[in-house]
Amino acid sequence: MKRKEEARVLSQRPISANIYDMWIETKLAEEAKAGQFIAIYPRDRAILLPRPISICEVADDKRSIRVVYRVSGEGTMEFSHYEPGEPIQIMGMLGNGFNLKVAKGKKVLLIGGGIGIPPLVELSRELAIISSKSLIGNDIEISTVLGYRDSDTYLRSDLEAYSRVYVATADGSVGAPGTVLDAIEAFDLKPDMIYAVGPLPMLHNIKKLALDMDIPAYVSLEEHMACGVGACLGCVVRTKEPNAHTHVNNARICLEGPVFEVREVEI
Amino acid sequence: MNCKVDIAGVTLKNPVMTASGTFGSGQEYSDFVALNKLGAVVTKGVSNVPWEGNPTPRVAEVYGGMLNAIGLQNPGVDVFIERDLPFLVKADATVIVNVCGHTIADYIDVVERLGDHPEVALLEINVSCPNVKEGGITFGQDPEALTSITKEVKAHAKQPIIMKLSPNVADIREMGLAAEAAGADALSLINTLMGMKIDIHTRRFALANRTGGLSGPAIKPIAVRMVYDVAHAVKIPVIGMGGITTWQDAIEFLLAGAQAVAVGTANFVNPTATEDIITGIWDYMNDHGITDIKDLIGNVQY
Repeated sequence: MKRKEEARVLSQRPISANIYDMWIETKLAEEAKAGQFIAIYPRDRAILLPRPISICEVADDKRSIRVVYRVSGEGTMEFSHYEPGEPIQIMGMLGNGFNLKVAKGKKVLLIGGGIGIPPLVELSRELAIISSKSLIGNDIEISTVLGYRDSDTYLRSDLEAYSRVYVATADGSVGAPGTVLDAIEAFDLKPDMIYAVGPLPMLHNIKKLALDMDIPAYVSLEEHMACGVGACLGCVVRTKEPNAHTHVNNARICLEGPVFEVREVEI
Repeated sequence: MNCKVDIAGVTLKNPVMTASGTFGSGQEYSDFVALNKLGAVVTKGVSNVPWEGNPTPRVAEVYGGMLNAIGLQNPGVDVFIERDLPFLVKADATVIVNVCGHTIADYIDVVERLGDHPEVALLEINVSCPNVKEGGITFGQDPEALTSITKEVKAHAKQPIIMKLSPNVADIREMGLAAEAAGADALSLINTLMGMKIDIHTRRFALANRTGGLSGPAIKPIAVRMVYDVAHAVKIPVIGMGGITTWQDAIEFLLAGAQAVAVGTANFVNPTATEDIITGIWDYMNDHGITDIKDLIGNVQY
């Protein structure tokens, strides 16, 4: 059940330019799944809306969650000043999360671009757990492709704990020069399915790739949100077929999403 | 202590309701709020057929408020009656349905369909949405157009009708008086104020629709003034809304003359805002020895 609660900051540190890594103690961690998000409420009363932030990792003891976010406005600027021990208001767990069942027995490629990379940590962790517990023939082979601007490859080592990681950098300083798509070609990756999080142009290209390769691809979408719980209809995405809830060609990213099979959505 | 209020013959257990469009069909907030504790649940606008709404971005944050241009996306009255209404009835909520349309015939269609459902207590007629091109606000900015739609809807409605007024007019009293004269059973105000935001980094409009409705604490003083003006001009009940975020805000609207209040954008800031406001009003009455909420209504001192 979704709820708002007071949580507590356990730790916070910058891990890259304008990117912060914060652990939060919260009971919501018990229900958290890869691909879901929480909403963090700024204290500044002039900025009203909670900020949707993907979970990067859930602690093994399920008592805390990790978020890695970029400072992109007044709200996230406020969050970046939070100190360990501070109480914060959060709402969760929100969104559908990644469908993990479909990965069984597959060669799975995780693709993250920029600030889309953090949710892949928890996704890798959960896929690795499923794979280790699965019957023979159901194990999952994970590879990861990460796209960065430059050699500041945040979270790379976290992801290397779970899978072989390939890197693309826009400035060519590490790995394949160019985008994640260039890396997939350069390293000749041939997955059975894709999970991807990143900017819309990247997801647009992944849709083309998934259609060309004729493989499933699950993408996590972003949109400006207000309520976070499906009430305001602010954060919709165009869908190919009429949505079962809205009865029009729109789905709510905060509720029916943020993860969609790429063929369902018009991106 | 009495917190009950009466709107057009319908008794609400307390004066706090939700503002249309900010609470979905009620179901979306049922994890957070006991719907039967609210004065009423006012639904998202319901049209005769499904509406797709506007392109994204549909929402943008501004100082002390937000802009929206959802465009009244909704699954249509059939789905509302089959799916959403039974949920609200099961939750024991007092139901007010917000009705929208492009033409008078559209409104009548919805109103007639809801006439067969006595579990709908009241109808709120949305003639003030700034984000749809045809219908909506075109009926709410001209006293003659407002008069004719009010008369037509009233003639076909089985439930009492609340006309929801737009603040985007020169004199909102004139609109309130026109609706009253045409047969409205109650008025609700204010809908959002038309606004605009431009992103200086991308040099684009923040909303795909370019303009949107401004809501939230930023508009509250305007809403209080308009509620005061209209409540003192008409004899029918006025439901006040516009930036109500705390119980103090709600009391302020009651003192200005509102018989009931609606909480909108505050639901996004605090999903339990409605229940918190009810508790706050109750405590305020206790602290001030007020035994009947009606003693607060319109009781601003000169």
